[in-house]
Amino acid sequence: MPVMNIQDFSFTYPNVSHPSLKNINMKIRKNKITALIGPSGCGKSTLLRSMNRIHDLYPGNRYEGTIDLLNDSTQKMENILDIKKENEFIELRQRVGMIFQKPTPFPMSIFDNVAYGLKIAGIKNKSELAGRVEQALKDGALWKEVNDRLDKSAMGLSGGQQQRLCIARAVAVKPEVILFDEPTSALDPISTGAIEELLVELKKDVSIAIVTHNMQQASRISDYTAFMYLGDLIEFDKTESIFLNPKEKQTEDYITGRFG
Amino acid sequence: MEKIFRNLAFSSASLVFVILIGIFITLFLASKDSIDEFGLGFIVNPNWNTEISLSNPNANMDMDMDMDDSSASDDMMMLDDEDDMPAEADTMLFDEDVKDTFTEYGGLVPIVGTLLSTIIALVFALPIAMGIAVFLAEIAPKNIAYPIGIAIELLAAIPSIIFGMWGLYYFAPIVADLVGGYQVSLLTAGLVLGVMILPFMAAITRDSMNTTPDVLKESAYAMGATKFEVIKDIIFPYSKVGIIGSIILALGRALGETMAVAFLIGSIFTLPSSITDPTISIPVAMANNFGEAAGLGESSLFYLALILFIISFAIISIAKLYFLRGAK
Ligand SMILES: Nc1ncnc2c1ncn2[C@@H]1O[C@H](COP(=O)(O)OP(=O)(O)OP(=O)(O)O)[C@@H](O)[C@H]1O
Ligand SMILES: [Mg+2]
Repeated sequence: MPVMNIQDFSFTYPNVSHPSLKNINMKIRKNKITALIGPSGCGKSTLLRSMNRIHDLYPGNRYEGTIDLLNDSTQKMENILDIKKENEFIELRQRVGMIFQKPTPFPMSIFDNVAYGLKIAGIKNKSELAGRVEQALKDGALWKEVNDRLDKSAMGLSGGQQQRLCIARAVAVKPEVILFDEPTSALDPISTGAIEELLVELKKDVSIAIVTHNMQQASRISDYTAFMYLGDLIEFDKTESIFLNPKEKQTEDYITGRFG
Repeated sequence: MEKIFRNLAFSSASLVFVILIGIFITLFLASKDSIDEFGLGFIVNPNWNTEISLSNPNANMDMDMDMDDSSASDDMMMLDDEDDMPAEADTMLFDEDVKDTFTEYGGLVPIVGTLLSTIIALVFALPIAMGIAVFLAEIAPKNIAYPIGIAIELLAAIPSIIFGMWGLYYFAPIVADLVGGYQVSLLTAGLVLGVMILPFMAAITRDSMNTTPDVLKESAYAMGATKFEVIKDIIFPYSKVGIIGSIILALGRALGETMAVAFLIGSIFTLPSSITDPTISIPVAMANNFGEAAGLGESSLFYLALILFIISFAIISIAKLYFLRGAK
């Protein structure tokens, strides 16, 4: 079942004449990991950043088409491109979380980092906060490493720990979808492995879209893969199909390393 | 090559310390007469250039608040200042019976004037400067933030004497109309000082806010934070060091400012009983009195300078130690 359905979607940055994404059609399926691959500059980040409309922090972008998001309570699809009011943006971003390439711990303690989304969502009860922070840190596979220093600054963690902290922070607000933009490209192989395991674990609760340059990573952890090239979606299918028998020549060339 | 460069860098860095210590020693030596004479009691003594009668050294000393009015002693005044008289002054009075009056110098009035005018300036300027910086860094669109930013930088470059004249002729009457009291007062001096340090604080704070990485702000927005929450929880903590730096620099400037304050503070050696009263600050006392000063008076001005030096140094060190340690 799709939680997100992207149809005839085009995107143009401000002051740019040609669109950076052209006529994209794909789905993010529930409790699955969907990988976005393609050479640098093909529009992976642009597509991902449309899914929580983080683009809208900067004015002047043009969207066409629809991006439908499943409303869990009504089971209806709602077009997120219709959103205009600030409180609707806030709600959207609570439902669709995002993790960036570089870890982005906030300048506050480990506990406050994880509690941040909960606090701004209006949860004040101390014991509820403590419980949900602990659960989120466990979900982020970080609890064992940090439970004795929750009040210390998050800046003191290693890069891999910081990235898992960001994941725990995103998980804490119980989003429906989490978007990952190259979450491991700044990390060493061991931290990368830890995060990959974590993603596979997390998909029980959330649906995941992940941009990656690492073919092995895409083939190891994803269920679906989209291959993009120069703003077009070339091929979107089950990960085995994309990697074992791609239908398009461009896809095959890219995954076998002949270009990109 | 690298060695030469390293030595060069090291000697430039140590030069700063040498100058700092050199200034301290110079000030100390120049104020030594006054220090020997008045000791630490100088700091709490509100009399400046006041003649004290020595006719009856065993009884309580007579002294006058005002130097023109030199006759009858004021019992209240005398009692007040009894404790403040330093021991050295006493012994010296007994030794020297040649003169029958003795001129006393105390620094309380200019010290209080300096501290209060600086505090008023800071209380006034800080919130406005933060507001301007937030507006320029986060709220205003680029095509508006840019010209305003330049205007503010220009404002920061205006010589202080112009602020003083503007303050005296245009600003002080308005303030006096609004809150009453004198046109030249602690309040008007403090406010004009505030206007002076405001652009400077706003510009530095804006610059340090602009160093917050976009991706950090984006990840807060991606959690569902509002603009206000991002400013409060991400940008302020992230740029805290820069903001505190701007406050420290502004503080240093306000403490030492002479010209603008000289126009507005009234320049009289009297403790203000309210903030709308005129008084004097350390730099103004020095600028106004160095010309005629000699002997103990001159030495006392150096003593004031030494105190200003120590105050500035102490405030800056405390601010640095306290806040920068907290920031880590
Ligand atoms: N803010 C922007 N304004 C204008 N054009 C942009 C902007 N950001 C990206 N682009 C352009 O949009 C296209 C897609 O960029 P995008 O960042 O989505 O690529 P990507 O697939 O994520 O690449 P990478 O793998 O290097 O991260 C590129 O041609 C890029 O130059
Ligand atoms: Mg990218």
